[in-house]
Amino acid sequence: MDKAMEEAGNIMSAMVQESKAAYDIIRERFGEAVSEFDANPTMPFFEVLDTARWVDIALFMRDDARLKFNCMACLSGVDYLEEGKLGIVCNFESIGQYTHRIAVKVKCQRDGGSIPSVSCVWHTANWHEREAYDMYGMVFDGHPDLRRILCPEDWTGFPLRKDYQVQETYHGIKVPY
Amino acid sequence: MQELGKAELNSTRIIRQDDNRVIIEKDLDTEYMVLSMGPQHPSTHGVLRLECITDGEVVVEAEPYLGYLHRCFEKYCEKIDYPAIVPYTDRMDYLAGMNTELAYCITVEKLLDIEIPRRVEFIRVITAELNRIASHLVAIGTYGIDLGAFTPFLFCFRDREIILNLLEWISGARMLYNYVWIGGLSYDVPADFKKRVDEFVSYFKPKVVELRELLTENEIFVKRTKGIGIMPAEVAINYGWSGPMLRGSGVKWDLRRNDPYSIYPELEFDIPVPDGKFSDVGDSLSRHLVRALEIDESLKIIEQCLDKMPEVAGFDPRAVIPKRIRPKAGEVYGRAENPRGEVGFYIVSDGKSTKPLRCKARSSCFVNLSAMKDLSKGQLIPDLVAIIGSIDIVLGEVDR
Amino acid sequence: MGLLDARISNRNVLVTSVDNVMNWARLSSLWPMGFGLACCAIEMMATNASNYDLERFGIFPRSSPRQSDLMIVAGTVTMKMAERVITLYEQMPEPRYVLSMGSCSNCGGPYWNHGYHVLKGVDRVIPVDVYVPGCPPRPEALIGGLMKIQELIRMEGIGLSRQDALKKLAEKSVDPQQVIDQARKVATA
Repeated sequence: MDKAMEEAGNIMSAMVQESKAAYDIIRERFGEAVSEFDANPTMPFFEVLDTARWVDIALFMRDDARLKFNCMACLSGVDYLEEGKLGIVCNFESIGQYTHRIAVKVKCQRDGGSIPSVSCVWHTANWHEREAYDMYGMVFDGHPDLRRILCPEDWTGFPLRKDYQVQETYHGIKVPY
Repeated sequence: MQELGKAELNSTRIIRQDDNRVIIEKDLDTEYMVLSMGPQHPSTHGVLRLECITDGEVVVEAEPYLGYLHRCFEKYCEKIDYPAIVPYTDRMDYLAGMNTELAYCITVEKLLDIEIPRRVEFIRVITAELNRIASHLVAIGTYGIDLGAFTPFLFCFRDREIILNLLEWISGARMLYNYVWIGGLSYDVPADFKKRVDEFVSYFKPKVVELRELLTENEIFVKRTKGIGIMPAEVAINYGWSGPMLRGSGVKWDLRRNDPYSIYPELEFDIPVPDGKFSDVGDSLSRHLVRALEIDESLKIIEQCLDKMPEVAGFDPRAVIPKRIRPKAGEVYGRAENPRGEVGFYIVSDGKSTKPLRCKARSSCFVNLSAMKDLSKGQLIPDLVAIIGSIDIVLGEVDR
Repeated sequence: MGLLDARISNRNVLVTSVDNVMNWARLSSLWPMGFGLACCAIEMMATNASNYDLERFGIFPRSSPRQSDLMIVAGTVTMKMAERVITLYEQMPEPRYVLSMGSCSNCGGPYWNHGYHVLKGVDRVIPVDVYVPGCPPRPEALIGGLMKIQELIRMEGIGLSRQDALKKLAEKSVDPQQVIDQARKVATA
């Protein structure tokens, strides 16, 4: 078993190995709050299982001297229809400090689910979380200004959900054709 | 100091000062006024609305409102095949179509894990850099207009037209090219390509100097932009800034070097970063300066590529394009350095469908613009215009 | 240019109808609103700039709808923007003209199918006089569209409704196919 793991480790590219090293530090600190490391070659990631600790993990990732993920490159909302969940995927990197990168997934229930907001940790998250809310409808707890950002305020439904039905009219203008 | 009384009329206050003198002070506080800039405003670079709370001429807070050009790019991605998304990426960042196409294509290629012919890579880089110059020319020209200088705009558009003609000659379209395809290109370049690009480079080099003398070193322009909208490096990183915006704050960060793609590792070019002599690091002038200097670097890259580009007889740029693009299950985040910063695509494939399960576009302008609230605090209204201009937003990319 | 073509007598006295003079003045100083929405706005800017130079037609973008007679809807109109477009249109003084530039504002363009937030044609909210196809249209195409507007203005007159002017224009217009056929005949002969 160990041998197989070792071989798998050898195949990992340098980039994935760096992410693995960063993950190990987080795992050591937070234990069961984070999932196993997914060492795929295109986007290595781990999932935050205990969503309540997401802000702690975020702060640790930003401030720990060995990690220094000072830049959130992207935050994307995703609809996991089969699991009945919504989620976000965040890509992190460390500008000017290290070369490692990692992606983090956080999921919540599809109906009435919420994720703690990290907009106080990275300013980037502020607008991206608003966008995710606009498109998917998950609530970000503790977000300073959670409003729709792209669609109008009085738009109904969340457009990027897989089961989204376009509204018939908007302010008297027919929408779908 | 002690307040003795307050008269309702004229909002005057009677104050006993520390040395026992009693003075009557008129309260000069004015009411805040809400001023709406846009969505149709000549200096907002598109349909952006800024709601400014102003105290006289000073902006207390400016809150951007977006979404006036939300064209449902991400919804489209889930409804159409992988290759059909390429034209929509053009329309996302319409000033730098080639660059956005390249970012999207290298992301899907990462997922497909295919090797691209060397000649294709060179053509991609040349067209992307040409487009970068064109985009920077628009940015610089319109920045001039914002600050009241109309002539540089005409100069910039004259030279941009030559690049557009070149790219039209290659791809068939002036602005929205659909030229870079997943795994290759739509067509090989025409026979005289090297010669004509070479001609353009030698024509354009003196024009860059001309532009610098006309605008960048112009006393009025410098006065309007120097020290305006300063963003410290740490805050810029925390805001997720990228591209010329981040480099304007003095951070040497360029994805062509820091997360290399295509053939950029083989090429020699500098990453211009302001040194604080001509401009204050992090101000609007620095951001403009970085763009102006990047034009030189792009020319350098084009020259090297023209030298190194392999000539292949009967070259077929569509040779390695898969018949049916259906990536294996997985997810990827790929990105490239656009004229406005990092453009990334997060793509999820379920392994069964020819359409992505999810495709999120990380827009550079969207992230850069989010710092507007911080940048505008305490600035004068005319300086607000200088700050928006220096961010160089393309609303198609902000709203997607 | 109806008036300029007419022979001007040596005493500079010119006899013509009021309609002619007014139309001539209006069509040679057509001020569009500087109003860009999307990709087409960049082509509109390029048309205004050095190479295509719209000012030679007397077309010069104005910043305020109150000063403009023409609205060039350059780009995708979204649901959020639609109401603002109506407001801007209503702020323009009569007589006003609307040119819809590009596929998006003609009919929704590439965002026709799944674009939940895209208005499928600006003519659903404001009346449009001239449509310019293309994605984006070339500057030449935009100039062609503007010249169509000039033709329309030339047909107008005091007490004549827009519909009547359009009818007059249709009567006076030439079927392009005939001209093309004739030119081909000449070329082949």
